[in-house]
Amino acid sequence: MKSLVKFFQSSVGKKIAMSLSGLFLCTFLIVHVSINLLLFVNDGGAMYNEYSAFMSSNVIIRTIEIVLFLGIVIHMISGVWVWLKNRASRPIGYDTYKLSDNAPLSSRTPMLTTSAALVGFFLVSHLITFWIPTRFGAEHKLPYVMVSEAFSDPTLGIFYIIAVAFLGFHLKHGFQASFQTLGLKTKRYLWLIQSLAVIFWLLIPLAFAAMPAYFLWFR
Amino acid sequence: MNFTLKIWRQKNRTDEGRFVEYTVKDISPDASLLEMLDVLNNDIVRKGEDPVAFDHDCREGICGSCGLVIDGRSHGPNRGIATCELRMRSFRDGNTIVVEPWRAKAFPIIKDLVVDRSAFERIMQAGGYVSTKTGGVPDANAIPIPKPVAEEAMDAAACIGCGACVAACPNGSAMLFVSAKVSQLALLPQGQVERTERVQRMVARMDAEGFGNCSNNYACEAECPKKISVEHIARLNREFIRAKVAG
Repeated sequence: MKSLVKFFQSSVGKKIAMSLSGLFLCTFLIVHVSINLLLFVNDGGAMYNEYSAFMSSNVIIRTIEIVLFLGIVIHMISGVWVWLKNRASRPIGYDTYKLSDNAPLSSRTPMLTTSAALVGFFLVSHLITFWIPTRFGAEHKLPYVMVSEAFSDPTLGIFYIIAVAFLGFHLKHGFQASFQTLGLKTKRYLWLIQSLAVIFWLLIPLAFAAMPAYFLWFR
Repeated sequence: MNFTLKIWRQKNRTDEGRFVEYTVKDISPDASLLEMLDVLNNDIVRKGEDPVAFDHDCREGICGSCGLVIDGRSHGPNRGIATCELRMRSFRDGNTIVVEPWRAKAFPIIKDLVVDRSAFERIMQAGGYVSTKTGGVPDANAIPIPKPVAEEAMDAAACIGCGACVAACPNGSAMLFVSAKVSQLALLPQGQVERTERVQRMVARMDAEGFGNCSNNYACEAECPKKISVEHIARLNREFIRAKVAG
């Protein structure tokens, strides 16, 4: 236990905690987006409601949900910890600093922290709007009705689209970076990591954004 | 060529420091940036003032002594070279050039543009070595090493420990330096004896010195005068995980 604590206290260990939790959260995105795609089935939301009910009642899913929250907490704590240490490592900055010549926009700290903060804020509001009522509300509307009402509201819909755009931006850096941190990013597997990364930073956010766009503009 | 220079001047470790503007005239386009600083210092000394302190030694890009942030870039605007190899023809005539020291908590400024890089030495002392038997020089072919492995180890060994990676990193991280040293020795048979201990000790020392964490934006690789690849950082991470599991 002592060596495990020491491991995660080290600079490399903290990043490994961040990578593993981040990749775990990525797998959750696949599940989430798959179920949400059922919104597009033309059955008045019957299949979506059925899957939502399954997700809220199944024992295994609810257990995994606890692990998921733990993943979010670990990712946030390790992220803030790394950020604080990094800020302290250069107390006096440069007069002229052209990082932009060398590092892609998505990898730069202000973009990572901004996207992280916005995704975090979005997550909390998302939980309040959808998750809490379906889990703990004594009586709540059918999930499909809740989603279609929320996404038909331009403020909520556009906020959702902006948030998933930032999520994509966060993952543009985060997904491939986690493989680097885990020591798995080598020349041999670079093509595979970069191809998989497109699913996470582009396709999944696009699929999420398609939902409010559909209810707002195409229905 | 004529230039206006905006140079960081700081009397000692405790002085607050400030930028001072100088002008230099009739500089040869083929002069290196350090030679241009020599010309400037001649003028300053003639005036009876304190010359600008900067680190230098071999002036041919192999010793790792020189290192300045020039116009916001470690070792200046050109890739794959040290400050001493930077020629004045890389700049536009009449331009203002901003010259700053490496900035990192782990590299405190000693004077003007000279920083204390002994943190790197302490990291090396923590594990950047191999155990050898004393006595006669062993036969060079006694230990067979595959050519690709030798090449990769040599690429890592090209690190001159100048600190440009730390200076370029927005987090002041020394991961590229440490990874080059760990990688070089982890790849070779001679480095196997301390392999598990080495990576743990060097990472622990790096953290204790106050360097930041790697955030994988690879500015270090872009600014490294020896073009050390960030693949070595992936290897360092792998070595660290391996050491923790094996150890």
